[in-house]
Amino acid sequence: MQILLGSLLNGLIYGMLLFMLASGLTLIFSMMGVLNFAHASIYMLGAYFAYDVSRYISFWAGLIIAPLACGLIGAAIEVWGLRRCHRSGHAAELLFTFGLVFIIQRLVMMVWGTLPVPYQVPGSLNFTLFALYGQNFPAYRGFMLLVSAGMLLTTWLVLKKTRIGLIIQAALTHPNMVAALGHDVPLVFTIVFAGGCALAGLAGVIGGNYFTTDSGMADALGPIVFVVVVFGGLGSLVGCFIASITMGLVQTFAVTANGSISSLFAPLGFDLGGDTLLGEILTLPIARIGPLLPYILMILILFFRPRGLMGTRDA
Amino acid sequence: MSDATRPRDSALIANRRRFQGLRAASPWLAVLAVAVLLPWLFYDYAHGRQNSFMISMFSQMGMMVIFALAFNMLMGEAGLMSFGHAAFFGFGGYCVAHFLNAAAEGDFPVPLELMPLAAGLSGLALAIVFGSLATKQRSTAFAMITFGIGQLMATAALMFQHFFGGESGVSTDRQSTYSLLGIDYAQGLEVYYLIVAWALIAALGMHYLTGTPLGRMVNACRDNHERAQFMGYNPRMVRFLQFALSGFFAGTGGGLYAITYEIVTYDAVNLPLSGNALLMAYIGGVGTFTGPVLGAVLITAMQSGVSLMSNSWVIYVGTLFIVMVTFAPAGLTGIIKAHAPLARAGRLGRLVVPYLRLTTPGLMVVLGFVCLVEMLSFLTIGAAEGKKFNVLGLSPDLHASPPWLIVAACLSIGAIWLRREARLFHRVWDTLMADLGPAGNR
Amino acid sequence: MLKRALRAAGLAAACGVAFWGQPSRAGDDTIKIGYIDPFSGPNAAGGDAILKQLQFIVDYIDNKGGPLGKKFELVTFDDKQQPAEALIALKSITDQHIPFVMSCVGSNIGAALINAVNKHNERNPDNRVLLLNCGQLATELTNEQCSFWHFRFPGNVAMRAVGRIKSLPKTVKTVYLLNQDYLFGQSIEHDTKKYLAEYRPDIKIAADEFIPLMQVKDFTPYIAKIKASGAQSLLTSNYGPDLNLLIKAGVDSGLNIRYDTYLGHTIGAVRAIDGYGDGRLTSVMEDHENIPVEEHNAEAEEFFKKWRATHDFMFFYVPGLTQFEMMTRAINTAGSTDAVKVALALEGMHQKDLFGADNIMRKEDHQLLMPYYEAVLTKNVKYDVEKTGLGWKTEYKTTVADETLPTTCKMKRPAS
Repeated sequence: MQILLGSLLNGLIYGMLLFMLASGLTLIFSMMGVLNFAHASIYMLGAYFAYDVSRYISFWAGLIIAPLACGLIGAAIEVWGLRRCHRSGHAAELLFTFGLVFIIQRLVMMVWGTLPVPYQVPGSLNFTLFALYGQNFPAYRGFMLLVSAGMLLTTWLVLKKTRIGLIIQAALTHPNMVAALGHDVPLVFTIVFAGGCALAGLAGVIGGNYFTTDSGMADALGPIVFVVVVFGGLGSLVGCFIASITMGLVQTFAVTANGSISSLFAPLGFDLGGDTLLGEILTLPIARIGPLLPYILMILILFFRPRGLMGTRDA
Repeated sequence: MSDATRPRDSALIANRRRFQGLRAASPWLAVLAVAVLLPWLFYDYAHGRQNSFMISMFSQMGMMVIFALAFNMLMGEAGLMSFGHAAFFGFGGYCVAHFLNAAAEGDFPVPLELMPLAAGLSGLALAIVFGSLATKQRSTAFAMITFGIGQLMATAALMFQHFFGGESGVSTDRQSTYSLLGIDYAQGLEVYYLIVAWALIAALGMHYLTGTPLGRMVNACRDNHERAQFMGYNPRMVRFLQFALSGFFAGTGGGLYAITYEIVTYDAVNLPLSGNALLMAYIGGVGTFTGPVLGAVLITAMQSGVSLMSNSWVIYVGTLFIVMVTFAPAGLTGIIKAHAPLARAGRLGRLVVPYLRLTTPGLMVVLGFVCLVEMLSFLTIGAAEGKKFNVLGLSPDLHASPPWLIVAACLSIGAIWLRREARLFHRVWDTLMADLGPAGNR
Repeated sequence: MLKRALRAAGLAAACGVAFWGQPSRAGDDTIKIGYIDPFSGPNAAGGDAILKQLQFIVDYIDNKGGPLGKKFELVTFDDKQQPAEALIALKSITDQHIPFVMSCVGSNIGAALINAVNKHNERNPDNRVLLLNCGQLATELTNEQCSFWHFRFPGNVAMRAVGRIKSLPKTVKTVYLLNQDYLFGQSIEHDTKKYLAEYRPDIKIAADEFIPLMQVKDFTPYIAKIKASGAQSLLTSNYGPDLNLLIKAGVDSGLNIRYDTYLGHTIGAVRAIDGYGDGRLTSVMEDHENIPVEEHNAEAEEFFKKWRATHDFMFFYVPGLTQFEMMTRAINTAGSTDAVKVALALEGMHQKDLFGADNIMRKEDHQLLMPYYEAVLTKNVKYDVEKTGLGWKTEYKTTVADETLPTTCKMKRPAS
């Protein structure tokens, strides 16, 4: 029971962290129909900016400045880069962001060096909130939870309850009609892209001092975030949320599971081990492949439902 | 011409057909000749030795040509982006490594020349398995499924010792099996010629496929999915077959990889290699058959050659990629093909002067950019590593302003000038194109 | 016609780049060493850090007097952490008749290079090279895959395991094993269990866990399992983010345990953990900067002080200094850089390292035998690490005899 509750809490928190990263990406994905490969790189930039700002001013200033900077960079990328690629199709946009990944990584190495930087949790948040079954729960995790929930709420409110949100929603599904009605659709696209990048930057500010900040950050977190977004589906923020929580729970519970495929069959009297490749696969405990389960889940869901879990649009 | 059976005319027709056959074959023959003669361009005549670094690079190019072409079977022909294609390349490699080891024990007496075929069949088998999963969907869903497959394969290669050998991979010896031609393949040059032979066979095979009904239907499904379905074809089956065949050729490339390097490790199945295929195909031009070939040659040269000179080669490749995607999404061959109507009309000469005018500002921009990147990189990384910054025999002090000002000036002036020249060029181009008429004699 | 033009264009491009890329021919006034490591991509930090130390060592040796009156020169090649690129770099090295090849990062690269060097030396007896291993730790490289042409200077996995196990205090009764799921981690797990059974049969292994390499972001569930097991020591060979995140998660959860690592001293780890490890983090290493203070060795302390003046990370590669000193003596004895002569001079050589301990290059498997230090990260030391205010303090030191482990190497020696 203790393990169950503990895993549930941990899984939820990890899921919220994933959502923090994936929310911006799902907005952009929904708008462009193309994955922004550079999303994780913007996250990395957000962390590095926050590190610099927190060194000279404070963490709280970094919380405001870094996402703004990332938003501006996003706007620049959209206006001068992606707009030109738009007419060449989805593949071109995807590949453009792909090329950006290389450049940003090398630039980060050149500007901040190859070693991880000591971006730390601010002192005011560095205490224990409570203890659950003997395990301490740091306040900073609670702060991260708050910020992710705030992100979700704000984004949802903006999209559903404001005028600009209405226009964005319409432009996501019917850009030509919206343009015919007189709205500046390219500007809307730029705003959404910049907003997505700002969210990524904010995730970087919050996550960079929790997960170390180094030039390999983007490669480490990129793949799992893409999986979450695709699993959740195009055009659906709620789907992204559900996907993040699901992935978080799956990965957490997998760690605590001690079984393997062969152990399923053991009570039936089959011995599926052995010193062969097949034997190796069948005796592998689930805990060892936990972090790979999201990929397997994604493949399965795409096989049956190409829109993802709650997608409203086909790719 | 009413009576085509007149003796003189039928001879003419027969001659014309033979001549057309020769014309069609001539590019292939030219490329083959170049590939065969290439190592001798770099031969060290003073010491009577081959330049093994260049031969290695050319061998790598050959393998990548096959891989990029196989990748383009999906990307260009079928419109399907496969992010896990390295899985088939690497799997072919691992299989050949195991086959060669089995041959050393006497269990698998297949000659070395046919090993790439065995690799291809292995790739085919894996592609059939994964293809049944992946080709159910198309477009983004397909891309993400292949992405997931690629990630799973890469991690499996690290985790499972029996087949993949874990971190240290599977080593082998290409001399463990006999050769049909009696060559012992001790020299890099001999392996290179094997690769050239197989690259030619694979390219011919893939080229032939583009003209078959399957090849045409794949294009049709790419261009108009619903209409292909209406015509009665099952797009899923078409995709699946193309995927399987693409896996076959990718596996062939992997087999050659195992033969050349005599070791296969997990980086033969991972994401960067798949990304490389994407890069090569795209920069070369996905719309043509030769595009990936050109892309493979160029990117391999950049990665091996440029990385000898600079650790920032990643930035150059990334920038080249972005520039291509933004300004020339049809790739290098797309650019060249765009000139075809003008060439046919004989108006190509009019572009010579505008191109010349573009060269100088273009060079300024490139040089300025390269210098900027190198200087920045040196200041932040290189200096501490004990390197020295030399350009054209000078050692400028990078902590003072003059070098930076010069570079900044070069870059900005070059950029402004280039923009002006580009506009003029576009005007000339548009005029020439318009002159060709509405159909453009294309 | 079009295709021909395309091919010509591509060829011209390749020629152009290749021509620029032609490295220069070997000079006569320096002894060159081809150094292959990742300098771009995610592992660039490793190559970068080691290059800086090697450059420092080479300058130090050259000032004292290099081999045959010449200076050492490092020629770097970027392998981007891929064996194929390392092999291409090897071709370039042999083309330039550079007699020595060195590589430090990634046992998969090491395995590939050993194979390639064996084959090259067999097929090209007039242009042989020696392979100097400066950091690839898998024990297999001096066991099953051992080679006459390969010399390893840092200690292998088994040697470190001995140091790790022997240094565990008597108060530890239960341990939790956590390693990365690939050859290195599996090798460590195997050797850890072997030496636990041999030297500390009183210790109980609570669990034996593997995680996929660099995939886990949230270690809290693992910490929960570790806590439930009641272990006093967490034995792990994780490095990089896998180590940093593990320790951060542990400290955040208030887990009261020793973090007994194998690679906790590698670059970036201490800075990433930053203060969380005080008194808890231990590691086995070849050296740390407080050893001269503990052993009252003024010359060694000077060496480190000079390094600290211009660098902000710990000098962790003292075997490199031993390596270059041995190379100098071997080349002088051989009178040339001929691979066989230098190899024969190197094997069996005794050399005093920076701290005065007698290191031996064992003839059977070409593994350098040296003592290992187990140290704890703590506040009250003279020299801190990466400007964090915490530094290493030795708790235990093994002897060369401890580290002389049996080998299964069956080395094929060349005829000439």
